[in-house]
Amino acid sequence: MPDDEAVTYPGARRPDRTRTVSASGVDIAVYEWGDESSRPLLLAHGGFDFAGTFDVFAPLLAAGGWRVVSWDHRGHGDSEHAALYSWDADIRDAVAVFDSVTREAVPVVGHSKGGALMLQLADAAPHRLRALVNIDGMPSPRPHPDVASHERTKLMRDEIGGWLDFRRGSAGAERKPGTIDDLARRRSRMNPRLSHEWLRYLVTVGARHDDDGWRWKIDPKLRMGGFGPWRNAWSIERLAGLGVPMLGMLGLVPEQMGWGTVPDELEPYLPPGGRVVPFEDTGHFVHIERPAEVAALVLEFLS
Amino acid sequence: MTATTTLRHGAVELALHGLKDGDGRPLLLLHGLGERSPSSLPDSYAAWPGPVHALDFTGHGESTIPKGGGYTAELLMGDADAALAELGTVTIVGRGLGAYVALLIAGGRPDQVRGAILCDGPGLAGGGSTPASPHVVAVAAGATAPPDPWALAELTRDPRPPDYAGAFLRQAVMWSDLDEPVLVCAVGRPGWLEAVLAEPGVRTAPLPDALARFAVA
Repeated sequence: MPDDEAVTYPGARRPDRTRTVSASGVDIAVYEWGDESSRPLLLAHGGFDFAGTFDVFAPLLAAGGWRVVSWDHRGHGDSEHAALYSWDADIRDAVAVFDSVTREAVPVVGHSKGGALMLQLADAAPHRLRALVNIDGMPSPRPHPDVASHERTKLMRDEIGGWLDFRRGSAGAERKPGTIDDLARRRSRMNPRLSHEWLRYLVTVGARHDDDGWRWKIDPKLRMGGFGPWRNAWSIERLAGLGVPMLGMLGLVPEQMGWGTVPDELEPYLPPGGRVVPFEDTGHFVHIERPAEVAALVLEFLS
Repeated sequence: MTATTTLRHGAVELALHGLKDGDGRPLLLLHGLGERSPSSLPDSYAAWPGPVHALDFTGHGESTIPKGGGYTAELLMGDADAALAELGTVTIVGRGLGAYVALLIAGGRPDQVRGAILCDGPGLAGGGSTPASPHVVAVAAGATAPPDPWALAELTRDPRPPDYAGAFLRQAVMWSDLDEPVLVCAVGRPGWLEAVLAEPGVRTAPLPDALARFAVA
């Protein structure tokens, strides 16, 4: 297929408005769907995604009467590539976007890392959230697999050594160019359940067309996975303390980008009135695989 | 006399200062939180037989002050690794935050860190063993002089779990040629350092003794 062709996807609609917010000097790309005078609803994407992955889901929410606002996390999509990346910096960037919309409490929907970020924001700044929808972004409270200490130390060495090697090579690194089909096929390793047609569409949103081909816009200094002092249990304990209405969704088919969390293990951590809706035959990208059902649940929950 | 070298770590330029020439394994000094490298050789290191270098961490001294923060101790481990890429195998002395980073890089690059000495200094404790209540930190805009206020705000809140620190120590012990690759001269005892001292392969030692030990190791 020719590479300069505009790629469309059924139901996908680019945002009605785009703008930029400065988060402590880092330019964050912000997108809006729906009537500007409608009530705001904030959408947070997952790691290695970008707001354009909501191009089918967000218009469904906008059609339900919401001003849907999303943004590209720093280093992702059209937001600025930052020198530093951290969980807390992502939270601050989110707050800058919230501030650009309203200082009132708003409902938020977060997928994957975006859901976990919003869970932390609900704890750090409870006055900014009116309700939380978390789509497959609730980490499993299970501790590490039961492996021998010696083996765990070796795994950690390999992981840290790999990360340090990556950092040494990251100055001046560029993403590999390719055709729309090349990039769609590469992304299918992260998104094995999503159709080639959808991934082709995402290339035209999340990649740029250079002279030598398409390149994903995401900062090449970002690396999947990683290590650090954080424990999932610390995140999930926050769920129990949530003071706003909460709706969780879990895709039950495990896949690489997901956290493998199952409903039973979340049960003890659910806040009063909180509930988790499981989706059979669905992977981590619940809102992409089943946008109409997820949007209907969200609209009903917020009504 | 030696000079300052500029290293690249991702989008950041780091200043690596030469404080003393010499033959043999370099000594690398890592400063504490909010500090910068000493401008001349401190007396404590005059007897080190090899060259002595000091690294300004990201946001400190003559290194880049990035926009919008996002500091982690692991990022600073990457800073230290950029110095290792330049200098080869080194012995490290870290103060405060630099002591924690020295432990991380001793575990992360056990074949290139031949001895790490952990000393008191600013930022030794970080944010404690578990996360503090989350808080959306704000700093005054427009800081142009080091240290970066984001570094001060974020690296005093980062959790440093004892078992996480212990894992880095075990890595250093397991893959270093030295029986005792980490020596502690710090008097302070944050949870992470207590845990490190409880592991085999580490002990306390006054700074001169620790330097003398690694000078011949």
